[in-house]
Amino acid sequence: MRRMAAVAAVAAVTLGLAACSSGGDDEATSTSTGTEAGSGGDVEVFTWWAAGSEKLGLDALVGVFETQHPEYTFVNGAVAGGAGSAAKDLLQSRLQANDPPDTFQAHAGKELTDYIDAGQLEDVSALYDDYDLTDVFPPTLLDLLTVDGMIYSIPSNIHRSNMVWANPAVLTEAGLDPAATYDSIEAWFPALDAVQATGKTALSVATTWTQVNLLETILMSDLGPESYNGLWDGTTDWSSTEVTAALTDFEKLMSYTNTDRDGLDWPEATQLVIDGGAAFNVMGDWAVAAFEEQDKVAGTDYIYFPVPGSADLFGFLADSFTLPVGAPNPDGAKAWLDTVGSLEGQTAFNQAKGSIPARTDADPADFSEYQQSAIKAYAQDTIVPSLAHGAAASITVLTAISDATSKFTTGASDLATYQSELAAAAGS
Amino acid sequence: MPRQIRRWGPPLLLISPSLIIIGVFVYGLIAININTSMTDIHTAAQATGRKPSEFVGLVNYTDLLASPAFQHSLRNLVLYTVVFLVGTMVMGFVWAWLLDRPARGEGIFRSVYLFPMAVSFIASGVVWRWLLNSNQGENASGLNRLFQILGVPFLQNNWWNNVNYGIAAIAIPAIWQLSGYVMALFLAGFRGIPEELREAGRIDGASEWKLYRYVLFPQLSPVALSAVVIIGHMSLKAFDLIMSISKPANYQTKVPAVDMYVFKSAFNYADAAAVGVILLVIVAILIVPYLVHTARAEKS
Repeated sequence: MRRMAAVAAVAAVTLGLAACSSGGDDEATSTSTGTEAGSGGDVEVFTWWAAGSEKLGLDALVGVFETQHPEYTFVNGAVAGGAGSAAKDLLQSRLQANDPPDTFQAHAGKELTDYIDAGQLEDVSALYDDYDLTDVFPPTLLDLLTVDGMIYSIPSNIHRSNMVWANPAVLTEAGLDPAATYDSIEAWFPALDAVQATGKTALSVATTWTQVNLLETILMSDLGPESYNGLWDGTTDWSSTEVTAALTDFEKLMSYTNTDRDGLDWPEATQLVIDGGAAFNVMGDWAVAAFEEQDKVAGTDYIYFPVPGSADLFGFLADSFTLPVGAPNPDGAKAWLDTVGSLEGQTAFNQAKGSIPARTDADPADFSEYQQSAIKAYAQDTIVPSLAHGAAASITVLTAISDATSKFTTGASDLATYQSELAAAAGS
Repeated sequence: MPRQIRRWGPPLLLISPSLIIIGVFVYGLIAININTSMTDIHTAAQATGRKPSEFVGLVNYTDLLASPAFQHSLRNLVLYTVVFLVGTMVMGFVWAWLLDRPARGEGIFRSVYLFPMAVSFIASGVVWRWLLNSNQGENASGLNRLFQILGVPFLQNNWWNNVNYGIAAIAIPAIWQLSGYVMALFLAGFRGIPEELREAGRIDGASEWKLYRYVLFPQLSPVALSAVVIIGHMSLKAFDLIMSISKPANYQTKVPAVDMYVFKSAFNYADAAAVGVILLVIVAILIVPYLVHTARAEKS
């Protein structure tokens, strides 16, 4: 009996505290909105750019921000780890607790869907007019960013996902011409066979997300832009025979890959090509930084070309910055977005990070050889959204597709099961 | 009445801070978690209350338990726990048994076996990821390469990348880390048995085996039970070692704790909470009988 009373007392105290804590929450939010700075003050910029070329890019961007908006103080909210997953987890908790940073980094496109649906982002389309951004971004990019007539972020840089990186020495050793081009995935297989015959890894790949990256480039190549885009708006049937054909190609490509793939991340897979242990690697164009850091020369030490069959497609992903609802210093956040969208900001940032500006008016002469080719491709190719990097599908869909892909590539499901799981995933 | 307060008041006052903290942060949050697991909060919009969510009872549980993906995780968890438990108990007992006889350098061996426990799972996972590299033949590294050098190349295998038994390979580093701890428990158990008991047994003509079987083992059973409970509940919560060696998206090494993380990252709070409750129930099935047992033992 006495025990019962004690339990009841604990329960009562718990309820009391729970009530207090929710009351405290409301109070905190109201004070933080109450102390809004009209101008000046701290601007907390939340990113996962904590190391390497990404850190250099952020530093360069901060340099421009300090010249353009000296009245604001930049506060670095970078969170390292897990290719952004640690940052996203923390961000999720902070947004949930009504404690948003002033602005945060997010992949442009469908990855923002969850934040938008949850009412955590402000519409920034008015800023596109204020800062004259509507005409300097390509219309296809603006279409991809627009949700129900509103835009929720300003892109800072563009990466291309459908690139092949290759080691010419390994190709020559296998009797292949490094300058050869391949028109389709089908035409690529003989070259992969030739490398495999030498005992080296023909195609290096890493853990699940890089396999999804490979999958999306196969889908782009085999389906073409209309059908590929249709996968994300429901007009292309995932159960169709053309998708089956693409998945068959994917299955065959995976048979050329290294067996320790699931334990690696992309730098290790790219390193296999750099070290001459593998011939080809399909990876987004941030891989160029890995080659450049080790003083490799494009053309002689490494070559690159779009994934066979997708030469006129630009698998697009972009980092962008947002204006969260309830940001402590919204004017500071807008100033940051102004710098992010400006020509000086984009030039300085991308020179350091190795990506290309989202603006089309940047001067290609300011950039490296690879970047110049990417800028040219960005201007003339058809832009299609990347799946693995949040442009094409929401986090829920991407998670479901990743799960199905891992199950398939570890050998736990056959092609028919894989295809039906993908169809189910796209509908989730 | 005042006398009763005087008697109960001060002790209650003293323990109330910890009671309140445990009440809020353990039992209160468990209650909230169970509540979340019975709603249909599967999207970010519902989590923030922007879109309505409703009470759905046990639907999330039945859906989860019926899904092949979650059954695969549970199967992995059972396999991992069995291998981890059997491995640490056997290794720990054998080491303790060897060190129990007065041996030279006993202190050194004891420290050597205990040291791995001081390393965090994350740090040892980084090393073991390399040791358990699944490449074979020319590109082999880690243990597979060692097997080649030792002339036993047929022992090479793909370790944790085996889709059916891969999770058992991750139990190897866990066994390596915690066998020493189990050894320390058993060693304390051995040392707690008075020498007179052994002498008495010998005088009565018991063989060495009978001595262990009828005199020593029965005295060690409480220690063994504690070891099983401690290692078992650690195993059920396994997360960091798996995350450090493998990746959350890898199908072959999924366990419920990893599922919970993936669900939570995808804003699927209801399913994440349901997985949490399922884990809690599994751990409770292991621990509650143990607590009841010790409580009874203390009373008598």
